[in-house]
Amino acid sequence: MRTVYLDNNATTKIADEVRDAMMPFLTDLWGNPSSMHTFGGQVKKYIEAAREQVAALIGAEDPQEITFTSCGSESNNLAIRGGAEAMDKPPHVITSKVEHAAVSGPCHYLEDRGFRLTKIDVDQLGRLDIDALRREVKTSKTLTSIMWANNETGVIFPVGLIGEMVHEAGGIFHTDAVQTVGKIPMKVSDLPIDMLSLSGHKLHAPKGVGAIYIRRGTKVKPLILGGHQERGRRAGTENVPYIVGLGVACNLAGKRLSEENTRVKALRDRLEQGVLATCPGARVNGDPKSRLPNTTNISFDFIEGEAILLMLDDHGICASTGSACASGSLEPSHVLRAMNVAGVSVHGSIRFSLSTYNTDEDVDAVLTELPKVVKRLRELSPFVV
Amino acid sequence: MWDYTDKVNDHFKNPRNVGKIENPDGTGEVGSLACGDALKLMFKLDDQGRIKEAKFQTFGCASAIASSSALTEMIIGKTLDEVEKITNKDIAEYLGGLPKQKVHCSVMGREALEAAIYNYRTGKKWDKELEGEVVCHCFGVTDKEIERVTRENNIQTLEALTNTCKAGGGCGNCLPDLQKIIDRVHGEMAVAGVAVPDKKVLTNLQRIHLIEDVIDREIRPALRQDGGDLELIDVDGNTVKVRFRGACSGCVVSAITLKDVVEARLKDNVSDDIRVEEVK
Repeated sequence: MRTVYLDNNATTKIADEVRDAMMPFLTDLWGNPSSMHTFGGQVKKYIEAAREQVAALIGAEDPQEITFTSCGSESNNLAIRGGAEAMDKPPHVITSKVEHAAVSGPCHYLEDRGFRLTKIDVDQLGRLDIDALRREVKTSKTLTSIMWANNETGVIFPVGLIGEMVHEAGGIFHTDAVQTVGKIPMKVSDLPIDMLSLSGHKLHAPKGVGAIYIRRGTKVKPLILGGHQERGRRAGTENVPYIVGLGVACNLAGKRLSEENTRVKALRDRLEQGVLATCPGARVNGDPKSRLPNTTNISFDFIEGEAILLMLDDHGICASTGSACASGSLEPSHVLRAMNVAGVSVHGSIRFSLSTYNTDEDVDAVLTELPKVVKRLRELSPFVV
Repeated sequence: MWDYTDKVNDHFKNPRNVGKIENPDGTGEVGSLACGDALKLMFKLDDQGRIKEAKFQTFGCASAIASSSALTEMIIGKTLDEVEKITNKDIAEYLGGLPKQKVHCSVMGREALEAAIYNYRTGKKWDKELEGEVVCHCFGVTDKEIERVTRENNIQTLEALTNTCKAGGGCGNCLPDLQKIIDRVHGEMAVAGVAVPDKKVLTNLQRIHLIEDVIDREIRPALRQDGGDLELIDVDGNTVKVRFRGACSGCVVSAITLKDVVEARLKDNVSDDIRVEEVK
């Protein structure tokens, strides 16, 4: 059975180019970049090349503003815990209600240790309540962490505006851009962003590598203490093969940015419109005017997400759901709840997230199978007359 | 990914007895859209009072659909007196087990059955609030329901209670009240002479590990002080078979050591009904 992979916001295929670039560092070039001898030391330049590639993709002025980490979660933890602890006095921590757990986790960690935490609401389209944010950020020097784009709905937040508001009161602004980097063009040096997190496996590098942009002059207390690697910001011998892989993946993502926003976006739009046309009682969650080009989140009235997913799975179609049942908790996705998605459809949401590896054939497969699955589950549902 | 049994997958993908019955003798409706799962069960009796036809409609995940389908298979051909005895555990067992976070799906099945029987007998629509007082407002679970699942599933922890009937799975405000109900049911069960394990309920494997652990941690160091030692040979039900080593083997007081040290420690730490036998 052919795999139709439409779950790229969860993880992505490792690009062949990335794997090939990593191989020498898993075979011959296994030296320690900190070594004095040529065999080890020669590896260092590949790390620096990767740093430049990451900086280029996000538009950082200086590659030294990039620190490699083990994953997006580590980057978020470093920014929030390390950022808050490096500030002169404990800041008011501000975040949104729709963050990934890798941001809300460290925010709650700070709250448990006496920091004041405020979580900003979103509206029914998943847009941030900017007025509420403005009221909160202007009172003091805050540490504000707001995602660039939401992983479940793809809704993009106005990070430029948010950063300006935070900076006006002297605060620090971090953005979790794990879902955004490589999907939309960005030039972080021109934006009021102090820290930005990204993750390798969301852009066709392997799992186990991430990076954080820390604008020159921003103070961060390291989480991992020890050696002088990454200019003391992150101790530990560098994960050379994966860092090289991340660099190549960023380079590739830069080249594919326009394709992402044209061909991939067109595939997503065809998928979304096709589903809405063929499945009655389907509705899109999230602001259609400001969304990542690869993501669509669709709710189906009166049926439940896990059941939809498992039936799609029978046809090799991979997607994900915000349904409570799929996660093992009893509550549906915190993002859809924050958006007040209607009770008839909050348990029936499916997220499709595409990448450059998707084809028209993949979209056709969903448009063939999904209407049958929806019909079948509706026949089972007591709420459909 | 859930580790569903083949039987769950089969009942999910090929559900039996889906649909409605014209003029049913009993109809039970439980759950809601907001709660994330709901089940409508209908049945018709033959002239001997046996269920000749049962149909269901379910909104919910794979295990909710499978539990509903299994329930209809379980009740067809039986009298109401017989089906009244079906517990949620019976439904889960019929499916070869459910992941622990999904046990509430089997409870929904049992509740729908209860509601349908109530409807047949009274002609009224069953309402869980008729029975008791709602304790968990997020999921609308009553004290009576909580008492029942605690008793039938021998619930020991709040987490297990939430997995079984959803109570406490939302805002969490009711958790102290839920704990009180669990404690009360345990008290009643103890008075009624039902064995409520005061020590944690263990699987056989966990029990063997615990016995090994107690022997290594508490018993052998004591024996070694006197130059003796002990080897675990076998665990057969409540009987633990051991062999004395070193100074203990052939020691005239080894029988006393066996009862006063080995058996006493195991009773304290594992369970009161442990018996220790020496293998020579």
